[in-house]
Amino acid sequence: MKGFLLAVAVVAVLFAANALFTGALGAGLAMSPYLLQVICLAGINIILAVSLNLINGFTGQFSIGHAGFMAIGAYTSAYMTVNFGDRVQSVLSFLPSAARDGAVLLISLAAGALLAAIAGFFVGVPSLRLRGDYLAIVTLGFGEIIRVFILNIDAVGGARGFSGIPKIASFFWIYLFAALSIVVVYRIVHSSFGRTLIAIREDEIAAEAMGVDTTRSKVISFVVSSAMAGTGGGLFGHYLMYLHTNSFTFLKSIEIIIMIVIGGLGSITGSVVGAVLYISLTEGLREFAQYRMVLFSLMLVIIMIVRPQGILGHREVASFLTRRRRLPTVPSAPL
Amino acid sequence: MTTLLQQIVNGLSLGSIYALIALGYTMVYGVLRLINFAHGDVYMVGAYVGYYLSRKLAGREPSFVSAFVVMLGAMAACAVLGLVIERLAYRPVRRASRLTLLITAIGVSLFLENGGQLVFGPDPKFFPSLAPHFDFHVAGVRLTSEQITVIGVSFLLMVLLRFFIMKTRTGKAMRAVSFNLDAAKLMGISTDGIIAVTFALGSALAAAGGVLIGMQIPKIDPLMGIIYGLKAFVAAVLGGIGNVPGAVLGGLLIGISEVMVVGYLSSTYRDAIAFGILILVLLLRPQGILGRVQKEKV
Repeated sequence: MKGFLLAVAVVAVLFAANALFTGALGAGLAMSPYLLQVICLAGINIILAVSLNLINGFTGQFSIGHAGFMAIGAYTSAYMTVNFGDRVQSVLSFLPSAARDGAVLLISLAAGALLAAIAGFFVGVPSLRLRGDYLAIVTLGFGEIIRVFILNIDAVGGARGFSGIPKIASFFWIYLFAALSIVVVYRIVHSSFGRTLIAIREDEIAAEAMGVDTTRSKVISFVVSSAMAGTGGGLFGHYLMYLHTNSFTFLKSIEIIIMIVIGGLGSITGSVVGAVLYISLTEGLREFAQYRMVLFSLMLVIIMIVRPQGILGHREVASFLTRRRRLPTVPSAPL
Repeated sequence: MTTLLQQIVNGLSLGSIYALIALGYTMVYGVLRLINFAHGDVYMVGAYVGYYLSRKLAGREPSFVSAFVVMLGAMAACAVLGLVIERLAYRPVRRASRLTLLITAIGVSLFLENGGQLVFGPDPKFFPSLAPHFDFHVAGVRLTSEQITVIGVSFLLMVLLRFFIMKTRTGKAMRAVSFNLDAAKLMGISTDGIIAVTFALGSALAAAGGVLIGMQIPKIDPLMGIIYGLKAFVAAVLGGIGNVPGAVLGGLLIGISEVMVVGYLSSTYRDAIAFGILILVLLLRPQGILGRVQKEKV
């Protein structure tokens, strides 16, 4: 009951904030379109960072192909909306237009997440048998292969890019899904299944000896993470109204990794902090565009040298406030 | 038939460059168990040092002497760069987890790419021709002097490396470190020194690759290291990472298969083929063609 009330409260707050920011409560109160776009992109990055943290931070399987799953979700859901959106709209013609758009978005996102999850399964089953560096390179390889394949599909625009996607993802939807992804990862990590994931991260051989089906757990974690990345990609496409495979290169995956490394591998609030910090820094340093990636890369190296666990480490923001450690921090074992 | 032969020749000259870069990956992996993500970018820096050096020598007739000077200069500069990277970035995290090392390597790689865009400018540059150009025709197959130089120089360097590793004291120490770092340290080998030498050697070979690619495909840009680096890494894994002859074999195979895909299928799949090979290798024979299976100890 408490959870339900909380959920209703979150939806209401997001709804009100959405109305406020977009100027529905008076144009004077509206946020500048630029700032709103930055905030919305930050929300999408929160989804991506939180989902990548499930596999990289909590399960300890270093994947650097997240952008590939994001691309699958983005292209699938955009394709759904562009080709079947009108049909859904006409079936639901009795509803107000905002609700119809929401329904179209939800159906498209579900399709995108589903396909990303299927791709995650087929990538995860063979590659999660590998460890450490090899897994990293294979996921990178799959990410690039996915991108090259999409580039060669003419139905989604190929090298021209995919344009004409209606702008039906708003602040409300983006942050609703961001909140949802945080809840999903939180619930997974605090379940008995989450403890098997953490056991795998700490010591895979020991976990296996304790009777954990490590491959199965890793694949489930990977599939969930991919589906969430697909959702994030779908929102990305429906927010920017245009997709090009250049948005989903290896560098996008690295960006998401920078976010979770800054925030702390294995900390949900850390991913949120990392994503917001990363986006604020990239936008704030726009004037120094040519220096900022130099700065980020230096930051990554320096963080690894002085504080390899990231700003928050395995801990959550709340654990600092209550001065109580949520989980004992064990130095992470060599992969 | 002549087309096929021509493709094989083209593939060999591309592949020998992959092989040169792959050697650096394999050597560093051998001693540190680290995928040096920045290696491809060291190769890019090598190409740029070669570019600036040959601009300095501009005005002179293209000759093999100036080409030789340019290549030595680039190799020396990158050897220093490799030493600096090892000292500043990798040595402080050497005892940390593999993941920390990997992220550090990614950070160094991003730093070189973006620093390169800042220093060299983001636009592609065109490598001046260094050596005199002429063509050979053998049985209908066209061999350019660049291709011959690339293949010849790469093989010379590989033979020298082989000699260094197998016949010199430092090479012997390198093999010992790669076999077991702690035991090598107990035997009185200065492991820090050997690791530094390994980085310097690998980086110098990558620089040679950079100058050679500049001779063959004269367009260079600060992000060229990413894709060449990845393909060379795939080559190292294909041959068996940590295995020096394996890296050469892997490089040649990747080069030939890439040229075949471009020639007979479609050039858009040029970059996907290397990853496809990588995935197949890791699934079917993770230790690579010439690699040995390593047992996992708990």
